[in-house]
Amino acid sequence: MSTKVANAAATDYEPVIGLEVHVELKTNSKMFCGCRNEFGAEPNSLVCPICLGFPGTLPVINRKAVEYLCKTGLALGCSIAAHSKFDRKNYFYPDMPKNYQISQYDMPLTTGGSVTLPSGKRVRLNRIHLEEDTGKNVHAGGRMAGAEYTLIDYNRAGVPLMEIVTEPDLSSPDEAEAYLVQLKAVLSALGVSDVKMHEGSLRCDANVSIRPAGSSALGTKAEVKNMNSFRSVVSALEYEIARQKASLAAGERIVQETRNWDEARKLTYSTRSKEQAHDYRYFPDPDLVPLSLEPATLERWRAELPELPLAKRGRFMESYGLSDYDATILSADIPTAVFFEAVVAASGEPKAAANWMLNDVPRALEKHGLTIESTRMKPGQLAELIKLVKSGTISGKAAKEICEAMVADGEDPQAVIAQRGLAQVSDEAAIAKLVDEALAANPDSIASYKAGKTKALEFVVGQVMKASRGKANVEIVRAALIKRLE
Amino acid sequence: MRTGHEIREAIARKQTSALEVVEQALESAGRLETELHAYIRLLPERARIKAREIDAAVTRGDKLGPLAGVPIAVKDIFTVAGEIATAGSKILENFRSPYSATVVEKLERAGAVIIGKTNMDEFAMGSSCENSAFFPTRNPWDVTRVPGGSSGGSAATVGAGTVPIGLGTDTGGSIREPASFCNIVGVKPTYGRVSRFGMIAFASSLDQAGPMTADVRDAAQTLEVIAGFDEFDSTSVDVPVSDYTAALRDDLSGVRVGIVAEFEAEIGASDPALAALYKAAYADLERLGATLVEVHLPHARYGLATYYLIAPAECSSNLARYDGARYGRRVQNGGDVFEMFERTRAAGFGDEVKRRIILGTYALSAGYYDAYYVRAQKIRTLIKRDFDTSFAACDVIACPAVSCAPFELGQKMQDPVSMYLMDYFTIPMSLAGIPALSVPAGYVTGLPVGLQIVAPAFEEARMLGIAHAYEAATGHARRREPPLAGAAR
Ligand SMILES: [Zn+2]
Repeated sequence: MSTKVANAAATDYEPVIGLEVHVELKTNSKMFCGCRNEFGAEPNSLVCPICLGFPGTLPVINRKAVEYLCKTGLALGCSIAAHSKFDRKNYFYPDMPKNYQISQYDMPLTTGGSVTLPSGKRVRLNRIHLEEDTGKNVHAGGRMAGAEYTLIDYNRAGVPLMEIVTEPDLSSPDEAEAYLVQLKAVLSALGVSDVKMHEGSLRCDANVSIRPAGSSALGTKAEVKNMNSFRSVVSALEYEIARQKASLAAGERIVQETRNWDEARKLTYSTRSKEQAHDYRYFPDPDLVPLSLEPATLERWRAELPELPLAKRGRFMESYGLSDYDATILSADIPTAVFFEAVVAASGEPKAAANWMLNDVPRALEKHGLTIESTRMKPGQLAELIKLVKSGTISGKAAKEICEAMVADGEDPQAVIAQRGLAQVSDEAAIAKLVDEALAANPDSIASYKAGKTKALEFVVGQVMKASRGKANVEIVRAALIKRLE
Repeated sequence: MRTGHEIREAIARKQTSALEVVEQALESAGRLETELHAYIRLLPERARIKAREIDAAVTRGDKLGPLAGVPIAVKDIFTVAGEIATAGSKILENFRSPYSATVVEKLERAGAVIIGKTNMDEFAMGSSCENSAFFPTRNPWDVTRVPGGSSGGSAATVGAGTVPIGLGTDTGGSIREPASFCNIVGVKPTYGRVSRFGMIAFASSLDQAGPMTADVRDAAQTLEVIAGFDEFDSTSVDVPVSDYTAALRDDLSGVRVGIVAEFEAEIGASDPALAALYKAAYADLERLGATLVEVHLPHARYGLATYYLIAPAECSSNLARYDGARYGRRVQNGGDVFEMFERTRAAGFGDEVKRRIILGTYALSAGYYDAYYVRAQKIRTLIKRDFDTSFAACDVIACPAVSCAPFELGQKMQDPVSMYLMDYFTIPMSLAGIPALSVPAGYVTGLPVGLQIVAPAFEEARMLGIAHAYEAATGHARRREPPLAGAAR
C-alpha cells in the first residue's frame, strides 16, 4: 500500500450535501397555458397547442404559480425580487415540446432564506426559481439508447415547477432527511403543492462531496439523481458518501459527474451522460416580458400566510404541554394538526388526544387504507371516546377496539359499546363473584401468593379478566383480590 | 374596383356580391399563378363559404364588418384553423394547425375572406422569396425579377391586383422591402401593437405582423382591425388602438420630416439614380407643407451586424421545436429518437435556415454570449436612443425603403451578405421596435420603389396620415399598371 493511500485511509472525512428540490405547484392550470394541472390522467389528455409547443404559440405566465412561489419564499425568509425574468434553457430532449425549457437563470424570483430544522439548525437557501416541468418518456426496453420506440406523455409538460436550491449546508444523510421533512411540512402548510414524492410532485437531487473533517474547502461533488422517497435519499446519500470515501482511500480522484440511484441494487452508478458537455445557451425568453411585483402585492401575500409548522410546534408544546417529539409530528401535517386541535377543543384532554393521534388512530387508518382526511370519524367522536376512558366507562383495551371501529366506519363510540357489549364492569359485587370463582378454580395460586410469590396475584387477575371477557375494571379486580387474600 | 374599401362599399350597396368578388379573385390568382407563383395554397372552398356568409349578412341587413367581403391573401406563416401552415418550409409541409392566429381571427371577424396562403422565404429568412422551400415567387412588374421577401407572395398578389389586402410579417424589413418592390403599401407596426399569437416565430423580439395593401386607406383600415392587446401574447401592449382611418390627411402643413444624413450619404454613393428619386420624394413632402430637418442615426450602420446576432440567436431556439416528434415532417430510418431529430432537421430545413441556426447557436454559446448577444443588445439600445433623439426634432422620418430596385432571380443567391444588405434601411427600425411603412415613390428604369416613413412607437396614426397625404398628392401606384395585372379593373 502506498503512503498516499495509507494517508487517505487514515483521514477522517465529513460529507457536504446540498439539495435541489423540485416541487410541482398545485395550481389549477399549467405554467404557461390553460390546461388543467392534474396527476394521473389518461396520457396526453391534458395538452393543448401551447404546451405541445405548436408553431406560432406563445407562453403566458400563470400568476398563481408566481404567488405560490413567492408565498413559499416569504415563509422561508427569502428576499423576493421586485424584478425577475424568465430564460430559455436550450437542449434537445423528446420530453420537452419546444426543445427548450422556460426557466429562470440569473434573476430568480427569490434568493437567500433558510429552512429551520427541529434541531434548531438553519439550512440556508441559495434560491428558489420558477420553471415548467417536462413531459415523461417511456422507452420500449427501458433505456433511450437503442430503444425500439419511445412513447411520450405530455400531460406533465408545462406544469409549474419550483426549484428550491440549498447551500451545501447539510452534513449528514439524516440531516438531509430532516430538511426534506421540514420543507415538505412548510409546503403542505402553505397549500402550494401536494408534495407527494411517489407521484413526483416533490423530487430531490443531491450534490454530495466529502472533505477532511474540519476543512472548509469543498471537495469535487457528484450529483445524485433518481431518488424516489425520503428513505431512498438517505440510502443513496449513505452509499454515495461511503463510495467517495472508498475511492479516496483507494487513491482515486472523485470525478464531477451525475450518478443515478438504483433502488433495487442499492447503489449509485455513473450516468455517463454528456451532462458536462451541455451548453444550455441560456438567454432571456423574448416571448415573455420581465416580471415585476408590487410591494403591496407581496404584503398582501405575506398577510395571507398560514401558521407554519415550526410555529405550530412551539404552540403545541406551550399550550398543550406536548413533548418536542409529539408536537413535531402533530404539527407537520396540516389535516392531522387540525383534527388534533378539534379533539382537544372537544375533550379538554390534550395529552390523551395526542396519544390517540400518534398511535391508535394512524395504526387504524393504515389498516383500513384511509387517511385523516378520508376517514368518516369526526373529532367529536374521538373526544367522546377519551371521556369514556377517563370516566371508567370502558377499559383501555376496549377503547382501542372502539377507536378502530370509529376510524373504519365513523360510528359513534356509544353505538359500538352497545353493539359489542364493551362497557366496563365496575360493579363491586359482580366483580367479587368473579374473584371467588377464580380463586376456587385455582387453589394453588393462593398458596403461592401466601408464600410471597406476587406473580400469582397477577395470574388470578388475568383469569378474572378472561372470565369477564375483558370488561371488568382491572383496578377494582386487583383491589378485590388483595382484600380477599389478606 | 381596386381597393378593399371600394370593394366593401360595393358589397354593402349590393352593387356586387362577396361571392362574385371572391370568384374573381380566385380566377385571377389561378390565372396568374403559372407565372407569378404567389400562393403555396389557395383556399377556394373556405373562401366561398365565408363569402356566402357575408352575402347572407348583406341580405339580412346586418351591420357589416369593416372588411366585409374583401378578399385577402395571408402569408403562410400564420395559422388558420384546419389548414396547413408551412412557413415556407419542407419541415412543416404537412402541418395542419388546430387553431387560428389572433390576427386571422380578427380579420375573419371583420368580414375579410381569405383566398389563400402566400409564398415566403423559409421561416421568413430572406429578402427575395427565393428561400421558399417550394418555389420562388416572381415580381408582377417583371417576372425575371424577385418580388422581395420574405413576404414576397403577399406583395406579388397585391401588386398584381388579385387581392387588395395581404397579410405579411416584418422582422428586419420583410413587409417594407417586398411592398417597395411590388409598388404597394406595407406597414410594420410598433413591436407589440399586433398580436404574434399564431404567427410562426422567426425572431420573437422583432417579428410583427402588418398589412400589405393597395393603398394607405386599406392599410389603415386593416391595421385598425388587427391591432390591439391579446391576452395570448404577453409581448402585445395594452395601448388603445387609434382610429387610423380618421387620421388620414391630405396636407402636411406643420409636419417636421426628418431626413437621415447617414442614409443619404450611403445611398448617394451606392445608387445615384435611386438617391435622386428619394430627393424628389422629399421635395414632394415639402411641397405639401412639411418642413425637412436633418437628423442623425449614428449607430444605424451597426444595425445589420446587430440584427444578424439577435435574430439568428432567437431563431436557433425558436426552431428547435421542429424535430419530427409531434407534428410536421419526420425522417426516421432506424436509430434512436435523437437520430430521428437529426435526420428530420437535416432534411427539413433549407440552407439559409441552417446557416442562421448555426450563427445563432454560436452567438449564444458559453464564452461567446457576452461578446455577441449581450453586446448586440447594447447596440440595439443605442440605435433606439438615436431614434429618440431624432424624434425630438421631427415628427416622422422619411428615408429609403430599399437600397436598389427589384433585382433578378438568382442574382444574390450565392452571396448571402449582399442579400442581407437589402435590409440596410429597414433593420434599424425593427431593432428599435418603432413603426415604419413603405409607400410607392416612383420608378427606376421602370421598376417600382418605395419611400419609407418612420414614426415614434405607437404613432401609427401620424405615420399613416402623412403617408396618405403623400400618396394622394403623388399617386405613383395609380399611374401605372404592372405587366402582370390581376383582373380587369
Ligand atoms: Zn396546454
